[in-house]
Amino acid sequence: MIKQQVKSESEPSTEQGRRRSMADYLADNVKAIPPSGIRRFFDLVSGSKDVISLGVGEPDFVTPWRFRDAAVYSIEKGRTQYTSNAGMPELREAIAEYLHGRFGLTYDPAKEVLVTVGASEAVDLALRALVNPGDEVLIPEPSYVCYSPITTLCGGVVVGIETRPEDEFKLTPAALRAALTPKSKVLILSFPNNPTGAIMTREELLPIAKVVEEHDLIVVADEIYAELTYAGKHVSFASLPGMRDRTVLVSGMSKAFAMTGWRMGYACGHPEIIAAMLKIHQYTVMCAPIMSQVAAIEALRGGMEDMERMVESFNQRRRLIVQGLRDIGLPCHEPQGAFYAFPSIRHTGLSSEQFAERLFREAKVAVVPGNVFGKGGEGFLRCSYATSPTLLQEALERIGKFLQTL
Amino acid sequence: MDDLRLKILELLREDGRLPPSTIATMLGVDEKTVREAIADMEKKHVIVKYGATINWSKVDDDKVTALIEVQCTPERGRGFEKIAERIYLYPEVKSVYLMSGAYDLLVEIEGKTLKEVASFVSSKLAPIESVISTKTFFILKKYKQDGVIFEELNGDHRLAVSP
Ligand SMILES: Cc1ncc(COP(=O)(O)O)c(C=O)c1O
Repeated sequence: MIKQQVKSESEPSTEQGRRRSMADYLADNVKAIPPSGIRRFFDLVSGSKDVISLGVGEPDFVTPWRFRDAAVYSIEKGRTQYTSNAGMPELREAIAEYLHGRFGLTYDPAKEVLVTVGASEAVDLALRALVNPGDEVLIPEPSYVCYSPITTLCGGVVVGIETRPEDEFKLTPAALRAALTPKSKVLILSFPNNPTGAIMTREELLPIAKVVEEHDLIVVADEIYAELTYAGKHVSFASLPGMRDRTVLVSGMSKAFAMTGWRMGYACGHPEIIAAMLKIHQYTVMCAPIMSQVAAIEALRGGMEDMERMVESFNQRRRLIVQGLRDIGLPCHEPQGAFYAFPSIRHTGLSSEQFAERLFREAKVAVVPGNVFGKGGEGFLRCSYATSPTLLQEALERIGKFLQTL
Repeated sequence: MDDLRLKILELLREDGRLPPSTIATMLGVDEKTVREAIADMEKKHVIVKYGATINWSKVDDDKVTALIEVQCTPERGRGFEKIAERIYLYPEVKSVYLMSGAYDLLVEIEGKTLKEVASFVSSKLAPIESVISTKTFFILKKYKQDGVIFEELNGDHRLAVSP
């Protein structure tokens, strides 16, 4: 029987008989998240031809064949099942060994390592496991774009801490102290940083650790760019005295091993936190895809040379872009990690968005305006140098000519 | 060889047209150092030649390439040097390698036609006194050369802008 639809003036009804607007159905937490600035720029840029994109947040290397081959081989052998929720034991062991060998960290693969769908899921799980409504999450900015919306989804309160070019976009203990309140609970540390390329040395991290201890904070350390450190060796926050159990280490295979599409990440930390994260993970995603886990084992066990070759290549291009940007008159601090340069365009008088949009339309170079990365990003551009040297130089030339026209 | 020179060689092998100034920036050293290193390596014949890697199958004027396994008797006191020389002096011979294993020399020959290559083997190579036997293998298709995959579905598959 077909239901008769009764329309009344007061109830905005649709042909399906709904009495609320679609937006009314949506959860308030979701509505509270502003639309993504990167998304907007993506829509503007995508589909256009002859554009050189320095807007890409992933390596220009295809995943090394030996990792891909391992996955292909496992598919051929019919390994297409679920794995244990926390990830294949062999992979968790490989992760623990890798972290021990590279960064001197010690985690028990049985209880302290969780394999996730990208570092993205690991950040989500960590914040969901830690944040109660009203808890304040401290986020040094400019930063990668996911921390603030996930905090909002958890009902947490985002407290952005502006890092400044004078400090090479590092977090200072003074800035951290100034942002603390009795409700402060979680500190996000994301170094090497996307978008600024900033890193933090052991000497710079120690006073941060002191504040963390004094104020009894817990740290989510997103160290996905750890291997992409070009000045000295990356120091993992969890390796500092007293910080291991206060830190949820988040990382993944995307950047250093050129495995973005595989969605392979992991989290390590205190067994109680990892157990809480696992609880969410087992109900929401069950387990990460087995093929990707197999490829990740190959990468961690036999892929160091491939990884180091790619890191060396990024470093060469880093020097090229920094020099190039300075040569055409864009002040640029030296990015010492990740694969982004973050030049200032303040002297042009244009906003980041205006500059990026005009640069795209008039010079056919795509970059990401700095303001989308939160506080302190206005007046800067994120230029990814994960692009061939030839294209980088061509892009720099175009930006240089564009600057002449301003 | 020092690390810097190795890095210079690796960059040049990938792109022989990279100017010294770019190489210098990429390696974080000054241009003079790079120029001197390159000049020295050219002088010492470490760098022997700058060329292009060409996919000849895309050129109308196609070429025929064959690999020939040559077994031969070494000469007393000179080993294979003299025989190798007699072979490599022919311009149609593109490369000659001394091999371990079942045969001695691997010779790469390029010609315009199958017939031309075959006749080179029978009239020039096989009659050399110390050559015991030859086996000729024609190359039907080159998939990859000098580290470059010829028919790669190339292009950047990445999204133009991503976080
Ligand atoms: C700082 C940072 N964390 C996490 C991610 C997400 O990585 P994954 O691909 O592992 O989800 C990115 C990707 O851009 C990133 O830049």
